[in-house]
Amino acid sequence: MTTKKFYNAIFASGIAFVLTCMMVGIKLDTESTTLRIEGASAEQWGWIGLGIALVFLSQLFADQIDAVFGKVPKPNLGKLMPAGEKRDVLKPWLMAALIVGMLVWPFMVSRGSVDLATLTLIYIMLGLGLNIVVGLAGLLDLGFVAFYAVGAYTYALLSQYAGLSFWACLPISAGLAALFGFILGFPVLRLRGDYLAIVTLGFGEIIRILLNNWTAVTGGPSGISGIAKPTLFGLEFTRRVKEEGNVPFHEFFGISYSSSYKVIFLYLIAVILVIFVVYLINRLMRMPIGRAWEALREDEIACRSLGLNRTMIKLSAFTIGASTAGFAGAFFAARQGFISPESFIFIESAIILAIVVLGGMGSQIGVILAAIVMTILPELAREFSEYRMLLFGLLMVLMMRWRPEGLVPMKRPHLELKT
Amino acid sequence: MTETSLYVIQQLINGLTIGSTYALIAIGYTMVYGIIGMINFAHGEIYMIGSYITFIVIAGLLGMGFVSLPIILIIALIIAVITASTYGWTIERVAYRPLRGSNRLIPLISAIGMSIFLQNYVVLSQSSRDVALPPQITGGWTFGDPSVFEVSFSYMQLLIWVATVVVMVLLTLFISRSRMGRACRACSEDLGMTNLLGIETNRIIALTFIVGAALAAIAGLLLGLYYGVVNPFIGFIAGLKAFTAAVLGGIGSIPGAMLGGLILGVTEAMTSAFFPSEYKDVVSFGLLVLILLFRPSGILGKPEVEKV
Repeated sequence: MTTKKFYNAIFASGIAFVLTCMMVGIKLDTESTTLRIEGASAEQWGWIGLGIALVFLSQLFADQIDAVFGKVPKPNLGKLMPAGEKRDVLKPWLMAALIVGMLVWPFMVSRGSVDLATLTLIYIMLGLGLNIVVGLAGLLDLGFVAFYAVGAYTYALLSQYAGLSFWACLPISAGLAALFGFILGFPVLRLRGDYLAIVTLGFGEIIRILLNNWTAVTGGPSGISGIAKPTLFGLEFTRRVKEEGNVPFHEFFGISYSSSYKVIFLYLIAVILVIFVVYLINRLMRMPIGRAWEALREDEIACRSLGLNRTMIKLSAFTIGASTAGFAGAFFAARQGFISPESFIFIESAIILAIVVLGGMGSQIGVILAAIVMTILPELAREFSEYRMLLFGLLMVLMMRWRPEGLVPMKRPHLELKT
Repeated sequence: MTETSLYVIQQLINGLTIGSTYALIAIGYTMVYGIIGMINFAHGEIYMIGSYITFIVIAGLLGMGFVSLPIILIIALIIAVITASTYGWTIERVAYRPLRGSNRLIPLISAIGMSIFLQNYVVLSQSSRDVALPPQITGGWTFGDPSVFEVSFSYMQLLIWVATVVVMVLLTLFISRSRMGRACRACSEDLGMTNLLGIETNRIIALTFIVGAALAAIAGLLLGLYYGVVNPFIGFIAGLKAFTAAVLGGIGSIPGAMLGGLILGVTEAMTSAFFPSEYKDVVSFGLLVLILLFRPSGILGKPEVEKV
């Protein structure tokens, strides 16, 4: 037995050597026009050696390692919550405290952290939208960023050409994104899971290519800049008003101008949008349509034999998810003031998917926590920023292997019978 | 002949060249799908890694003073195939095998994670910049009236055609004649039953990943030499195209993948002949959507029956 294990370990480290020696150990380099190679530094070879040694040891002592890890309880944040009646009593108070905290918090911290919080809220919105499609309805959408782009460009173009305000554009953006979702979904949703993933991926790429090349309208790769910021009932958050007849916020209230008002205002809009989205989805999940999404995810054939119209159910999930992305997109355009197709690449879809997967497919709290972790961690660990996408990829593989239900597994809204 | 018809012939040659490499990559998708019914999303990255290995070996051998081009190419081919196959095998072992038998979405998400991981692994270990190799195989034939339009057919294109045909013939022989090939076909027919009959299905699944990765590495070598440029992001779009080719021909069917690759390559070349070339990706994705809508089983595929 031990000799077999030893051979196994030798084999695994040999594989590790073949994998790394060419790709990590040698670096391609261009010198004027000729291509040449150079060996990696001694330090890098040290890392390769260390990695191979690790593979060797982990294979040799696989059983012992498994035994140790088997004893470590799997993280389940869902269990931390108080259960039963106590929870029902506490819940409204906790929610109220959380909302008040979120509204008061920006006035006490620096501008940078408020800005980061706004970005996090955008990802929360996107994560919640994708959660409907992937988590609840079980439809893998790899082109979610396309709807985000539709929302953003709708607002940018309408404000630039038609001069519409942010508040008028918000529902239009959501509606147009929903329409795109409907038009794409109608033919495509008959397909099986993995085909759907590829088709949505292709759709995302098509939208990006069109935005990039339709220069006359979208400005092509250079994007659209100078998008109007949202106003508070006509009060602008600039030092001087851009539009005739508007009054700047600080003059109206007779306070001195500060650029942080604008940042805080944007944050508060995002908070309100997120609360609205969370509330809406929470209600939808308890409605027959929400139950139907989950039922369809679990067993499509059983659903059809019970008389549920699967196309309509899938389409509703797809459309509502898309409209959430459109919402987030319009807000994103307003916050940045500048958008280009660069913001809507496939990696963005992958990040949103990673948020949903990490948080736990179907679980709202999980997705919100995951969005916070995924946006704040890269900011904290800036020196590792180049490893960010590498770790995202690794995390997705590891999560699927050890914890496919996510960090906070979904709990169905249900009532328990007491006997 | 008129200018247009000569131009069309030129695009046909270019399209068949690109299409045959798509076919090579598509076989990897179709074999894996045929047996375990999952899309190996990381397959495009294997092609990219194959291209990189080719460049590294060629640059290394040229730097050491080797001059004989055939020997350089053969050594590059062997090393690229071995390394890429190792990658293919490891991906299956690490990211897919532990997930077998779970919900369909789970291996797919794992595969997407693997694809992102590999892409960034190459960005970090090499660099995200384009790396260019001066053309190794130059020259070719030209046809047509030089005053109207000259159709050129380069030796590189000939090499791609010949190599693809040879590889396809070898693969067909392997699948239809050898013992392992028979086991492969049995697995795609009924995985559980094959297992009951005493064939180690895990080994056969690993084999399909190895064969697919080897073909992707050959495609990586050929396209790398043809374009002369490689960067860590080529795998994504090539993988998507090859998947389209596999679906077009009927996923699960090896002759289908070959046919699908050629059709897709020619369609793309014709599109870029008459429209701005940026739209060729739009056309190929549009084609994918249309096939999936109207004939999800592809040209040569069998319609799939849903079982309870």
